[in-house]
Amino acid sequence: MIHSLFLVSNSGDIFLEKHWKSVISRSVCDYFFEAKEKAGDPENVAPVLQTPHHYLISIYRDKLFFVSVTQTEVPPLFVIEFLHRVADTFQDYFGECSESVIKDNTVTVYELLEEMLDNGFPLATESNVLKEMIRPPTILRSVVNTLTGGSNVGGTLPTGQLSNVPWRRVGVKYTNNEAYFDVIEEIDAILDKSGTTVFAEIQGVIEACVKLSGMPDLTLSFMNPRLLDDVSFHPCVRFKRWESERVLSFIPPDGNFRLLSYHVSSQNLVAIPVYVKQNISFLETGSCGRLDITIGPKQTMGKMVESLMVTIPMPKSVLNVNLIATQGTYTFDLSTKVLLWDIGKLNPQKLPNLRGSLSVQPGAPKPEENPSINIDLKIQQLAISGLKVSRLDMYGEKYKPFKGVKYVTKAGKFQVRT
Amino acid sequence: MTTMQRLLQLPVNAVNMVKTVQSQVQGQEEDKSPVLSPDNGQQTWYSALQPDELRHLRSGGTGGGGGGGGDQEERGFQEDGGGGGSGGGSFQSQPLRHDDLKEMLDSNKDSLKLEAMKRIVAMIARGKNASDLFPAVVKNVACKNIEVKKLVYVYLVRYAEEQQDLALLSISTFQRGLKDPNQLIRASALRVLSSIRVTIIVPIMMLAIKEAASDMSPYVRKTAAHAIPKLYSLDPEQKDQLIEVIEKLLADKTTLVAGSVVMAFEEVCPERIDLIHKNYRKLCNLLIDVEEWGQVVIINMLTRYARTQFLNPNINESLLEEGGGGEKTFYGSDEDEDEDDEEKEKEKKVEAAAMAKRKPYVMDPDHRLLLRNTKPLLQSRNAAVVMAVAQLYFHLAPKAEVGVIAKALVRLLRSHSEVQYVVLQNVATMTIKRRGMFEPYLKSFYIRSTDPTQIKILKLEVLTNLANETNISTILREFQTYIKSMDKDFVAATIQAIGRCATNIGEVRDTCLNGLVQLLSNRDELVVAESVVVIKKLLQMQPEKHSDIIKHMAKLTDNIQVPMARASILWLIGEYCEHVPKIAPDVLRKMAKSFTNEEDIVKLQILNLAAKLYLTNSKQTKLLTQYVLNLAKYDQNYDIRDRARFIRQLIVPTEKSGALSKYAKKLFLALKPAPVLESPFKDRDHFQLGSLSHLLNAKAGGYQELPDWPETAPDPSVRNVEVPEWTKCSSREKRKEKKVEKPFYSDSEGESGPTESADSESDSASGSESGSGSEGSGTGSESEESEEASVSEEEDEEEEKKTKKRESKKPVQESESEQSSEEEDRKRERKSKQRKSESESESDEEEDSESDSSQSESEDSESEAEIKKKKKAAESKPPSKPVKKDTKKEKKEMSLLDLDDFEPTPSPQVTPVNNLLSNSLVTDLEGLSLSDAVLSPATIAPSSALKSYELLHRITGEGLSVEYCFSRQPFSPDANMVAVQMHFTNNSTSDTKNLHMEDVKLQSGMRVKDFPEIELLPAGEKATAVMGIDFCDSTQAANFQLCTHTRKFFVSIQPPVGELMRPVFLTENEFKKEQGQLMGMNEIAEKLTLDAKCRNEHAIVQRVTTAANLSRVPCGSDKECSPLVPPPEHPVYRFAGRTVTSGSLVLVTVASREEGAAQLMVNCEKMLIGTMLVKDILLALTQ
Repeated sequence: MIHSLFLVSNSGDIFLEKHWKSVISRSVCDYFFEAKEKAGDPENVAPVLQTPHHYLISIYRDKLFFVSVTQTEVPPLFVIEFLHRVADTFQDYFGECSESVIKDNTVTVYELLEEMLDNGFPLATESNVLKEMIRPPTILRSVVNTLTGGSNVGGTLPTGQLSNVPWRRVGVKYTNNEAYFDVIEEIDAILDKSGTTVFAEIQGVIEACVKLSGMPDLTLSFMNPRLLDDVSFHPCVRFKRWESERVLSFIPPDGNFRLLSYHVSSQNLVAIPVYVKQNISFLETGSCGRLDITIGPKQTMGKMVESLMVTIPMPKSVLNVNLIATQGTYTFDLSTKVLLWDIGKLNPQKLPNLRGSLSVQPGAPKPEENPSINIDLKIQQLAISGLKVSRLDMYGEKYKPFKGVKYVTKAGKFQVRT
Repeated sequence: MTTMQRLLQLPVNAVNMVKTVQSQVQGQEEDKSPVLSPDNGQQTWYSALQPDELRHLRSGGTGGGGGGGGDQEERGFQEDGGGGGSGGGSFQSQPLRHDDLKEMLDSNKDSLKLEAMKRIVAMIARGKNASDLFPAVVKNVACKNIEVKKLVYVYLVRYAEEQQDLALLSISTFQRGLKDPNQLIRASALRVLSSIRVTIIVPIMMLAIKEAASDMSPYVRKTAAHAIPKLYSLDPEQKDQLIEVIEKLLADKTTLVAGSVVMAFEEVCPERIDLIHKNYRKLCNLLIDVEEWGQVVIINMLTRYARTQFLNPNINESLLEEGGGGEKTFYGSDEDEDEDDEEKEKEKKVEAAAMAKRKPYVMDPDHRLLLRNTKPLLQSRNAAVVMAVAQLYFHLAPKAEVGVIAKALVRLLRSHSEVQYVVLQNVATMTIKRRGMFEPYLKSFYIRSTDPTQIKILKLEVLTNLANETNISTILREFQTYIKSMDKDFVAATIQAIGRCATNIGEVRDTCLNGLVQLLSNRDELVVAESVVVIKKLLQMQPEKHSDIIKHMAKLTDNIQVPMARASILWLIGEYCEHVPKIAPDVLRKMAKSFTNEEDIVKLQILNLAAKLYLTNSKQTKLLTQYVLNLAKYDQNYDIRDRARFIRQLIVPTEKSGALSKYAKKLFLALKPAPVLESPFKDRDHFQLGSLSHLLNAKAGGYQELPDWPETAPDPSVRNVEVPEWTKCSSREKRKEKKVEKPFYSDSEGESGPTESADSESDSASGSESGSGSEGSGTGSESEESEEASVSEEEDEEEEKKTKKRESKKPVQESESEQSSEEEDRKRERKSKQRKSESESESDEEEDSESDSSQSESEDSESEAEIKKKKKAAESKPPSKPVKKDTKKEKKEMSLLDLDDFEPTPSPQVTPVNNLLSNSLVTDLEGLSLSDAVLSPATIAPSSALKSYELLHRITGEGLSVEYCFSRQPFSPDANMVAVQMHFTNNSTSDTKNLHMEDVKLQSGMRVKDFPEIELLPAGEKATAVMGIDFCDSTQAANFQLCTHTRKFFVSIQPPVGELMRPVFLTENEFKKEQGQLMGMNEIAEKLTLDAKCRNEHAIVQRVTTAANLSRVPCGSDKECSPLVPPPEHPVYRFAGRTVTSGSLVLVTVASREEGAAQLMVNCEKMLIGTMLVKDILLALTQ
């Protein structure tokens, strides 16, 4: 299915190649570079390209292109999903997925790729299984390894692939048994000029960090499971029990994983935590414009809005900005023309305001569209949909685990049209 | 030593290997494959040959290895012989930088080797050629260090193809590994062996794969499946043999193997769809447990399979369409030839008949199975799986069910942009066929300014496809904001989209046009040009209505400078000059003035305009045209000069003018068809959705065409998996047993009727049934017990009467009534308001004496005596019996217990001490009398109402109706089977003959014992029969055909989970002990609020036992047998049973609390059963 993989840096340097079948010359990437050139923005490179003899399926992650080559029909999502899984694994192993990190760990990367695919067909993609075969590098281990000549390769063979719970390794032992669940909700919204909601919905995930010994069987139940309109599960979740009882019953993988992602339907009214009063205008004549933005709390359920950040991609004709912020700091990137206003905590008594003038390239016509305002924020201890975890039960093991649930609400793709 | 180390340990040294394999190759590779020879033999053989062989190798030189390779071997040999470093000179041919690597590889230190290998692998990763190191590296296949070894493998797999001869060095390591006792080592060896792309080892690989395919370990079998496509790509000639292996692996029952083997199937022999038949159901059932990637492959393959094997579920719809078309042609031809008329008529009849025949589309249960089992996968986290299921539903599901996929697909839009890209492409195709599906999610396709352009354009496409009369205004409003975007490609696409909305939806055409006209004043050239082009297209559809817009556009020529837009306007004016007769010449005048300053495309259109005006309005424009033509004649651009020359010859009449000039009008003013604005995604669904080919809209290599639905369904029986032959139970003893049981059951039936309701009622039927085989021949067996026989004869007569009286009543009722006397009947009439249950209970009373006598005669007189005691106790004990009704109820309650006792296992409450029994009875009774008011007939009714299920409706069965119920009797031929009692009623006017079953289709492991054939069922008559089904402790349906002498009906029986168990007696202590062992995952607890009518013991017990075939565990709350002890305030009810097939314990606890609150707890080893049971009991208790 997947014939070869090339890792290409943003500058167009192929810095890693791996072939699972016969070798395909890297010149095949020329078609990709051509498309990249044409697209301009790396985001705009078509994920699937057709060349005379091959098909190139690529993803763009963390300023890297993962370009895979296939020769025959294959579901494109299959490859795309797999490539993302590869990137996730790198992230998992090395903390980040960047060119330098991959170059530093070429051998581990190569070993990983070797294990993840067999003849182009995914073999082991579960992090728990991979980590048993190839240990992730840590500073301590690398020091030890250089002294002793040890290796990253696990001394034992993975058993996960053989068991009925392939996502969990056996023989896990912890002195502190703990299970943490982070309920993270993101508000996706489009507000129009007047502040009315064009479209809003809540996307949530439950990220779990489970460090429990043995083979625990967990059951997580919600106070209000009906809220969840659409869900997708980690393979460990028993679907039947969700269907019948609306509880999450699962044997968790060891470590961090995403247990569930859900969607709260847009039919429910979505609480919008902040409002934005904005006035951005460009004068018809003359080379300047005005900007005035105020942000205030709207429906925050009594919680503090934190990490408030406003991003405005300005029209290309804007040369510079001259603004005063009553709170926080702003920066204007002259090359990308992005105005970034980092506000921090939202003080309901004294609303943050940013105002001032924009200098526009003289002679350039007035931009037709006002830039849209993207908002980033965070509210701790609140799931904006109202979702609540009611309890977590553990079966199958004797000890008493430490349990914790945390709620966070964030702005997802939160956009205000102006 | 860990397993991994064992794997990586090379037993034979590298030099030996060279020689063996080489000689093998040169000699008899066919007949003496190293795989076949035993290990020991191999080694001795090596040593015998060693020196000569090596010399030979050295002198002869190895083909692919080259000089370097030769050197390396020499070196190896010398080392082997004890010599130290030598051959230093030979390294000079190598590039210097590789020298140190070689030295490191040859050193004795693992750390140096490792370092060298790491550097080599890094070279490979960067794409640098490291092939000249092959000899030095391959030797280290023997290295004991795991990581070195792994990296050597990496190297080996990468370069083996280029250095085939040397690669053979390593083969025997893997061959050895293939025989290792550790499954992981075997698998790993096979994996590397099969990855070495060296043609010469094909036979070795073949053998290894074959062996691994029958390995004990599923993991090794999985690896074998992976190896199949590798071998196939290496040597396609092996196809036939590989197919055999695939066939074998397809039959594998483990989830581990399923995905891999289907992948191999797809790569090697996707055309051999016949291999799937036998495994189809298994694959469907395993699917949810297969790993994600395997799921994708299996689902895609099953989609194709289903298209060849099942009928189109939307067939009626498409037939209607076709029907309309067919009619037309029929009438059309009618006029032509009258002779054919009759023939056509016949044809038409045949067609109609075919249609009628096809009309009642019944989905093949296997088709349904596929749809049902894939649906949960829509919840997968893996986008590829979701997409695979979505395309399966799109291609296979009935129209009404396709909608479920929309939500999941919309969810994927939150994922990475590449995923969005692919999903949107597919959604775009789907929206053309099934718009309604995505309409509720319209807003999810709204565009953000931060989306990448390609995503924006796809979303726009979807929005356009979704537009209809109702939502167009919102969509247009949304489009308006898009037009202002800074992304100009996107704006252009939006204008196109508006154009398409305008053509598709008549109502908004004018609005759109106006909007577009406004855009003409936009400052951006691209926007204007695009709008003009779109307006042009729109106007072409109905020009006469929009002369004012044409006029407006004519005016725009003064302002608009974008050449494309100017050209478009000029074309419009020229094309529709008759609509703007006054303005057109004026525009031409202005254009003529500015001609020399215009862009080329504008000049060309000016020429066109001039020519068209000349032809329509030569009076006013003759001079102007000639002026323009003259200007064009001397233009710098030859295209324009050319065009001018051409036009002049065509329109200006001269003596020399050719024959064409008279056609000038036709040439220039021909009616041009309006361009059709349609989606680029139209008709893309002939490619399987989600495929690469669909995405590219071109057939990709290896794409398997999605076949059309077959006209008629291929034989569904090919998917039947052989069921172990039914061992016929014909032993005389068993029959006798049955007969002995019979009177007992028929007696107890009357008592138990009200409590055990449907089950007990059917008991009686099945009792007689099992004894006699069928109703018709029943008397034969019954006659063994003389009084019984006489009773039943009487009953027969009565039955006839009753059927006349209450024809509508279900057959099971008749069997009850068999037991009742005429008196009861009268009473029944009298108390017509009361439901059957009560009337039955009355009958109990009446029968009491009778039953006593019969019971005493029956074999287990002991237990019956006890029952009698109980009965009497029931009648006498309750101190206050206000009304007669009460007694009956009490008796019912008691009989519930009795019945439980008599169920298959040795009766529980009979064996223990009497006081316990009566004690529980007392509590029962207390509950009863207390709840008198609550126990209205209505509450009892549902339980006593027959829980019979329809198998075949009167109408579909063409007069034959069949119902079935679960009799809760042990099915004597096979204890692992659930007895199902079937009631046949022939409602038609003709006799039905040879009623039997055929073609049983079952899930693996399930078994069925057919009911004996009913030879004749006269019109209006009824019959009963019993069949046994071993459901394997699953609620999977048993599908079979019910055949009469004329017809066959597809029917299926699906058991409620409560019927999959049989009661078992446990004491409370035993119960608690067992319960303690079934904790954790095996325990499911649920809180509930009891239904208002279900708060007393009687009701709870009744409802639970109705819902599931369980027996009550006597409660030891208070040990004294005094009737005065009040029931505990919050009693706990316990029920126990075992699943029929596997005998797993099923323990149910209902603990009541204050105010109707209660907790239900089910402990069962089979979690699935537990979960379902909880659901069922919950339902029973809360309703």
